Amino acid sequence: MPNDAQIPIRSAADIVTARQEGRALAMKLGFNGADLTMIATSISEVARNILDHANHGEIVLRPLENSSKRGILIVAKDEGPGIPNVNQAMKYGYSTRKGLGVGLPGAKWLMDEFDIQSDVGKGTTIAMKKWLH
Amino acid sequence: MQVPVLKQGSYLIASVQSALSDADLLQLRDDLSDRVGRFRSRGVIIDVTVLDVIDSFATRMLREVAHMLKLRGAETVIVGIQPDVAFAMVQLGLTLEGIGTALDLEEGLAYLDQLAKRTLKHAK
Repeated sequence: MPNDAQIPIRSAADIVTARQEGRALAMKLGFNGADLTMIATSISEVARNILDHANHGEIVLRPLENSSKRGILIVAKDEGPGIPNVNQAMKYGYSTRKGLGVGLPGAKWLMDEFDIQSDVGKGTTIAMKKWLH
Repeated sequence: MQVPVLKQGSYLIASVQSALSDADLLQLRDDLSDRVGRFRSRGVIIDVTVLDVIDSFATRMLREVAHMLKLRGAETVIVGIQPDVAFAMVQLGLTLEGIGTALDLEEGLAYLDQLAKRTLKHAK
C-alpha cells in the first residue's frame, strides 16, 4: 500500500518514534484529544511487546477508509518466538517478564478492533484499528 | 533526552522536557536516587506535564522511582498528568498507588510541605 508508514522497531527509541508517527497520522486523519493519546499509548504497548519478546520487528501504520467510516490501522509484526498461549498472554495482569502484564490487553481496550495471530517459532502479528466516530 | 533536575531547598524538581525513552526513564531513576542522597532531599517532584503517553512501562518506572526514593527517605509526587493521559491510564488499568500526585508544580510543592509538616508534628 502506497500510504503505509513502516517503522522498524529495534530499540526503545524506536517505540517513541512509532507512537509519534502514529499520533501524527491519526491527527491528519481527524482524530483528536483522548483518541490520539489512546492510539499513541496502544502503539507504545505493542511496540514494546515486539522489543521484549522478539528483539525486533516493525510497526505499520495505514489510513483506513470505506464508504461509511474512516480510521487507522496499526499492525505490529515480528518474527520472534511467537506466543504459545495467546489467551493467557491476553489475560490482564499476566506477564512472562517482570512487566505489569497490562500491555496487550490494555492495547485491546484502547482500540476498537484488535486481532492477534501468533505461530510458535514463526512470529506474532497484531492488527488493531481505531475508527473515527 | 535527559531530564534536568533542579534543587529547591530540601526538594528536588525533575521537569520532563520531551518524550521519554525507556533509557531516559532508567537514567532519571538512577539520577534521582543518587541526588536524594547527595542533597539530603526530603521530597521529589516529577513534572510530567509534557508527556502525551504514559504507558505500562512508564507507569512501572514511576512507581519504581517513587518506591526507591521512599526507601532513601524522600517522598515523591508526580505532577501534571494531562486529562487525556489520565483517561488512557484508567482505560489501561494503570495506577500510581501509594504515590503522591498533584495537579501542577505549585500543588506538588504544597503537597510536600503538608507532608513535611505532618512528619514534624508526629515527631514532636
